[in-house]
Amino acid sequence: MTSLPEFLKELFESWPLLGILPVWFYSIVAIFGLLFLFLFPFAGVAVYVERKIAGDIQARIGPNVVGPYGILQWIADALKLLLKEDIIPTNADKKLFILSPMLIFISGACAYAVIPFADNVILANLNIGIFYLLAITSMVTLGLILGGWASNNKWSLLGGLRAAAQVVSYEIPVALSILTVVLVTGTLDMAQIVKMQGPFYWNIFHNPFLFISACIYYIAALAEANRTPFDIPEADSELVSGYNTEYSGMRFAIFFLIEYAECFIICAVATTLFLGGWHLPFFDLSSLTLGLRIPLQIMVFMTKSILLLLTMMWIRWTLPRYRVDQLMKLCWEVFVPFSFACLIGTAFWMVLFKGKGIPELILGLFVS
Amino acid sequence: MTSYDSLFYVFAAVTIIPAIVTVFHPNILYAALSLFGSFFGVAGIYVLLGADFIAATQVLIYVGGILVLILFAVMLSKNIYGMTFQDEKKKKILPTLFGILLLGFLIKLITTVHWNTTLSEEGPLPTTAALGNLLLTEYLLPFELASVLLLAALIGAIILARSK
Repeated sequence: MTSLPEFLKELFESWPLLGILPVWFYSIVAIFGLLFLFLFPFAGVAVYVERKIAGDIQARIGPNVVGPYGILQWIADALKLLLKEDIIPTNADKKLFILSPMLIFISGACAYAVIPFADNVILANLNIGIFYLLAITSMVTLGLILGGWASNNKWSLLGGLRAAAQVVSYEIPVALSILTVVLVTGTLDMAQIVKMQGPFYWNIFHNPFLFISACIYYIAALAEANRTPFDIPEADSELVSGYNTEYSGMRFAIFFLIEYAECFIICAVATTLFLGGWHLPFFDLSSLTLGLRIPLQIMVFMTKSILLLLTMMWIRWTLPRYRVDQLMKLCWEVFVPFSFACLIGTAFWMVLFKGKGIPELILGLFVS
Repeated sequence: MTSYDSLFYVFAAVTIIPAIVTVFHPNILYAALSLFGSFFGVAGIYVLLGADFIAATQVLIYVGGILVLILFAVMLSKNIYGMTFQDEKKKKILPTLFGILLLGFLIKLITTVHWNTTLSEEGPLPTTAALGNLLLTEYLLPFELASVLLLAALIGAIILARSK
């Protein structure tokens, strides 16, 4: 079980020039590769896809001018945002106004370090993987609340405060449902969690409580990323645009980029924890050769994640927005008790069935 | 000076300089915010000591929880810029006494504990299983006491919020 930089180092060991380069060089290559070849283009394409889906759902056409089917629209948008004047309001707190997008970008990008795209394709193979991810993404709140306050605008401040209250509350059901998974796998290591789920022992089917936990995770994570129907921090009909009202140009683009990056993290974590990561049912990918295995595993992982991401967009353009009090009520009176019940239920399941999940038990009936 | 030492001094500086800013900055929001650096520096020192789980907990609880709540409270208060909370008439004797007591306790702790001062080549070993075992065997009573304390705080908060 190695991380991506070590894996790259091993891969190029016998090459003439690349073999002598140290591991930290490969680390830097891997980090920049992930950022520039995956994160930025992915966020751009996700914006395009979201607009197209919005168009389809609302019986509109969506972007259709730049390139065939408007597919180059996101590049045009990115260029436009890069070239726009960077405005900082006169009465804004300049230092904090600049700091806020930085904090959000750092925490959003750092979370990608522990996403297991395939066997060995994980930037940092930490022992505490999923816990690290929870910790580092909790910094986003800080960025939102600072951005809201530094803008010196009442819509921004209200948006920032709403974001803080919402994210702090919804962190609890998210953490509890992740804890339920950890109870089953017995490890916090993301790569290990995927390994343990085998070709079809996916955690979501392990027991009925984990199925509920998976649903709670997905919904609560939607709220944590401030996505509709829980987008009250940026509710456009009430708060103009919430915490990012005063931001323009590249700084606004960072808020936008990290929103989509975070959405992908949620889907990737859901895939890793509940949907078996890069495992394909009834087909053991690990028996293939290296050149075939890694791309196939990445494709399986991305397919699962992107299906979840598309569901997110579908939800966004279908459901109306929650009210603030309804949102808090949903969290504290529905999600928190249910996720506690799932945690205790799973604990009992682990004792009663000696840690075996439903697929394993059914298989046991036929084999023995 | 080894790389371990230089890393330690970086994290120590990241911890102490924002802590000084927190104490002396006239703007209460900046004072609260500079705790961010302090919390991160402490997390870095935990990593150097090989306690990866504690480091992540430090970031999750202090940066993601406590600091957000502090900022939340600060932003809801009036006169953030005009506050001169350090110029109030100062009480000197009791804080000095407590300060000296705390300093003595910390110095005692620093000199008695055996600290790990070498960087292992393979990175930190898994600590979560050992932590869990210790919490549920040797330190069960303090652990349960802390849980009861937190529960009491939780119920107290609900009673205060509902007392209207």
